[in-house]
Amino acid sequence: MSEFLRSYLTVAIFGATGCLLVGAFVGLSALVRPTRPQAQKYLTYESGVDPVGTGWSQSNIRYYVFALLFVMFDVEAVFIFPWATRLEAYGYFGLVEMAIFIFILALGLFYAWRKGVLRWV
Amino acid sequence: MPAIFSLDPLFLGDAGNLEILAIVLAKVVIAFAGLMVSVMLMVWWERKFISDLQNRIGPNRAGPFGILQTLADGIKLFFKEDLIPDQSDRFVFKLAPYLSLVPAFLVFAVVPIGGDFSNGGDGLISVFGNDTYVQLADPHIGILFVLAMSSIAVYGIMLAGWSSGSKYPLLGSVRASAQMVSYEAALGLALVAVLLKTGSLSTTTIVREQAGEGPEFLGLFPMPDWNVIVLGVVPFIIFFIATTAELNRPPFDLVEAEQEIVGGFHTEYSSIRFALFFLAEFMNVVTMSAVMVTLFFGGPAGPDLGVLPAALWGFVWFFAKLFVFLCLFIGLRGTLPRLRYDQLMDLGWKLLIPLALGWVLFLATLDVFSDRGWTSGGERLVVTGVFLAAMLVFAGLLMVAISNGKKARERDGEEVFG
Amino acid sequence: MVAQNIFFGIMAAIMIWAALRVVTTKNVVHAALWLVIVLAGVAGQFLLLGAEFVGVTQILVYIGAVVVLFLFGIMLTRASMGEDENVNLPNRIVPATVGVLLFGLMAFATIDYWRDAELPKDGSPTTVEAVSDSIFSDFIVPFEATSVLLLAALIGAIVVARKE
Repeated sequence: MSEFLRSYLTVAIFGATGCLLVGAFVGLSALVRPTRPQAQKYLTYESGVDPVGTGWSQSNIRYYVFALLFVMFDVEAVFIFPWATRLEAYGYFGLVEMAIFIFILALGLFYAWRKGVLRWV
Repeated sequence: MPAIFSLDPLFLGDAGNLEILAIVLAKVVIAFAGLMVSVMLMVWWERKFISDLQNRIGPNRAGPFGILQTLADGIKLFFKEDLIPDQSDRFVFKLAPYLSLVPAFLVFAVVPIGGDFSNGGDGLISVFGNDTYVQLADPHIGILFVLAMSSIAVYGIMLAGWSSGSKYPLLGSVRASAQMVSYEAALGLALVAVLLKTGSLSTTTIVREQAGEGPEFLGLFPMPDWNVIVLGVVPFIIFFIATTAELNRPPFDLVEAEQEIVGGFHTEYSSIRFALFFLAEFMNVVTMSAVMVTLFFGGPAGPDLGVLPAALWGFVWFFAKLFVFLCLFIGLRGTLPRLRYDQLMDLGWKLLIPLALGWVLFLATLDVFSDRGWTSGGERLVVTGVFLAAMLVFAGLLMVAISNGKKARERDGEEVFG
Repeated sequence: MVAQNIFFGIMAAIMIWAALRVVTTKNVVHAALWLVIVLAGVAGQFLLLGAEFVGVTQILVYIGAVVVLFLFGIMLTRASMGEDENVNLPNRIVPATVGVLLFGLMAFATIDYWRDAELPKDGSPTTVEAVSDSIFSDFIVPFEATSVLLLAALIGAIVVARKE
């Protein structure tokens, strides 16, 4: 196995240790904690009154638009990261290319702004 | 090749070497123990410090100064009955705390917590004759790993709220996930400024670049070469605000705004599973503070002041800087009122993200021009001036366009949305 | 290399199982979660190939953003908590055929192009710098086109969302 994979293996070991430990906590707690079931205990919380309807409510479309904006900027960031590490080698060319890229995406943000999508009413 | 790859020399050795395996295991244990202890102390210190700010005494029963309070709370929650609502999706309900907690401590794996960076040191310390970095792993994409983990952390909160099958948690989790993804964009873009200077994604390299002396303060004494100073303070401020929002810390704690949505996403959680969410929250505070120390404040880099062995000063500097950040978070909680949701979204999308993008382009422009020999003060001023003028023109056009749009909407009496 | 092959096998098996669950589960949110496992497997496979940057990008963009978008989309609908009988279409043969054909096409293209490609013997990873260099030389046009594509997607979504 190559050296760099071994460093990820360490991370994996760390993660596995953590999962096991958390699992052990939950498991141990299950052994010692009391369980005295009563129907009321398993109702969903609704400020003390009996719950009305299902727990499901349709969420607002605004959230969806923000998530989509995030996808856009996430992809943008993923392209900017490698560019930032190598800018010195690209010089003017890299600067101009990235400026165009950022400008086009900024247009998207600007469009959303102008259309009032960013306004939370 | 180590200069490019900055790979931990420990991993270059023979795989079957038991000594190396032992060091790796020791690192895992130390990182875990260190993190757990810091989190416990953080919970206690937060309660103590906030009480001081609010003229209260705070925990003072368990142990000296109430220092064992966290432990006592943990033990209490451990013995509480665990309730899973009938309406819930049981498997996802049980899975969510893991998704919250595991990314929180995985971030810690790539943070350098010690090492000898003084006098041009490269951060290596020697354990039984094996050179190694004082961090679990140093992947080349180190800092992106942090971002990846924080994007996974969104799932913990989102699924906890969804699987509860209850109204308040669902509201809380949808709010929280929208907030977290919004500020993650700002977080990533603020990071780019650091990469422009360092030219590497590896955390060790980022720290090494910040060791030593930086620009002079008014020609009097040299300041440290920290990114917070070298990059202008703006990227750090953006990163700090975005982190606070990402952590759902006050003043961005709309996720669990008690007055509105009870406990938010963890309303239905009880017993040990609630404790896990609580732990994850504070662990995130500690690890993200550690990330900020690494990115902007030189991590474990600092002068070797003698007295202690050189290898230990890294730990001292790192934890000292970490502590300052933790106090800063508590101070924010003690002083600022909570934002409204529209203010939160405005701050993220209309201020932080455009500012971060603009600053990146600005730094890049300065960089490229200084590579072409435009290094004197006057020349830099010209570049800055032209850049600022261009940005101002752009921003001005934007404002005009937006106000036109607003006027048009008001004229048409159009419903803004939906 | 042996260890890599074993890991590849394990991950591939998990991915296939998860992918099957995506289409067989009757709960839409569960389907999205199984999809996360498939995507995480893809990220893991990239890591095994030494493509660290692509692997972490897979997590950042697909798990961190795209599936979150799916989940927001699901929460927009009236999908209920439990199992949903309406999720399964009565006509399954056409989508299944399209899926198999698409898989065949992509498998053929991939195998045909990389038939003789070999991973570096020493297992050294592809650096971020190398990825960046190829974006800013050979792939500069697709790179700029990406931004236009993203812009179009965003504008489309906003238009649809506002119409509601």
